[in-house]
Amino acid sequence: MIQVALPAHLRTLAAIHGDVSLEVKGQATIRSVLDALEARYPMLRGTIRDHVTQQRRPYVRFFACQEDLSHEPPDAPLPAQVVSGAEPFFIVGAIAGG
Amino acid sequence: MSKVRVLVGTHKGAFVLESDGKREHWDVSGPHFGGWEIFHVKASPVDPNRLYASQCSGWFGQQIQRSSDGGKTWQPVGNKFTYDGVPGTHQWYDGTAHPWEFKRVWHLEPSLTDPDTVYAGVEDAALFRSTDGGETWQELAGLRGHGSGPHWQPGAGGMCLHTIILDPADPQRIFIAISAAGAFRTDDGGQTWRPINRGLHSEYIPEPTAEVGHCVHHIAMHPSRPGVLFMQKHWDVMRSDDAGDSWREISGNLPTDFGFAIDVHAHEPETIYVVPIKSDSEHYPPDAKLRVYRSRTGGNEWEPLTKGLPQSDCYVNVLRDAMAVDSLDACGVYFGTTGGQVYASADGGDSWAPIVRDLPAVLSVEVQTLP
Repeated sequence: MIQVALPAHLRTLAAIHGDVSLEVKGQATIRSVLDALEARYPMLRGTIRDHVTQQRRPYVRFFACQEDLSHEPPDAPLPAQVVSGAEPFFIVGAIAGG
Repeated sequence: MSKVRVLVGTHKGAFVLESDGKREHWDVSGPHFGGWEIFHVKASPVDPNRLYASQCSGWFGQQIQRSSDGGKTWQPVGNKFTYDGVPGTHQWYDGTAHPWEFKRVWHLEPSLTDPDTVYAGVEDAALFRSTDGGETWQELAGLRGHGSGPHWQPGAGGMCLHTIILDPADPQRIFIAISAAGAFRTDDGGQTWRPINRGLHSEYIPEPTAEVGHCVHHIAMHPSRPGVLFMQKHWDVMRSDDAGDSWREISGNLPTDFGFAIDVHAHEPETIYVVPIKSDSEHYPPDAKLRVYRSRTGGNEWEPLTKGLPQSDCYVNVLRDAMAVDSLDACGVYFGTTGGQVYASADGGDSWAPIVRDLPAVLSVEVQTLP
């Protein structure tokens, strides 16, 4: 099971307590993890990536295993530690704004 | 006894303020959606417990929330606003072509007859409608497509469709306003539209009497007289007696005719309220005195209303959707400020008192009069 850590505002929006455990069919990628996340929590559609273009929103970043994965191709495989559930996949809101 | 519910959208959440008909003691609940910008909250006129809220964030985009219990609990509904067809371009601030991009919902206007039908005015300017309680949204593309759309240009706050008025006497007629394109009207339920800006004069645009390009800030109508419209333009307070076909200035003796909010008394269609603001570069009241101005003559002759409002060192603004009236007798008038106060008058504006003083900056105020 892949563990996904969400920013507080999105946890509140989707009424999620703690991290999300997701089973991802096929290869685990940023796209397939977000597909599974949005399928379980439809209200998150449009909050992390654009509804139509599927582009990551500008003030949202992806991290795992101490690496910034925000600019990785959406279909690139995620690190093995994320796939095994040993390390979470972090969805982070940028520290910016007011 | 009747009750009043005030729906307040702020820079960091929504608040629901409730009182009995005396309007002296208020219960404050919130923040709902704390930390998110709540541009607007509005109730269905046919189901007072059905509320819609526009929730947005620079990080996570747009959400629409729906309540079926008067704001106690909320449910996120559809947030997919996709322009119809190829969106095309409008003018950017420098006059170059810029693609239409959805940013946020400024105003939600529930139908006068169906609680599941609601209109949304969005930035970049377009009008959307949902007929399933906000689950899905479809653009009424005839507005952007009527011809002048490529010439629209954003105001300083963005190119927003901020005003939606449904004609209670004619279900096919809708008025909308866009900064900085102007006012528009449909007479066929939103299929076709035309600009209704004749008589507006804006010295700051290349052609001051152009068909489009005017920075209309807000429009108000009394439901008993849907052909009479009152407008607060960027500069100038205006009036139309022919459903927007022509406008004339009614600024009269106002200390400044710049401002954002305008509304009409619930029982006196010739009594209107504005909050003059010093200028477009100084968004605070003239002389640092917060004054509502009331005209009982449909414009031109205005009296300042100051009792209970700060008359020194006041530098707040009152935004375009941040004034509303209840329908009790005497009419209650409400407005919110960028300083976080919501002021209420239970006597038609003669005297005022703050309901709350320390909310985040207020973006919108709506009022429900409940049995």
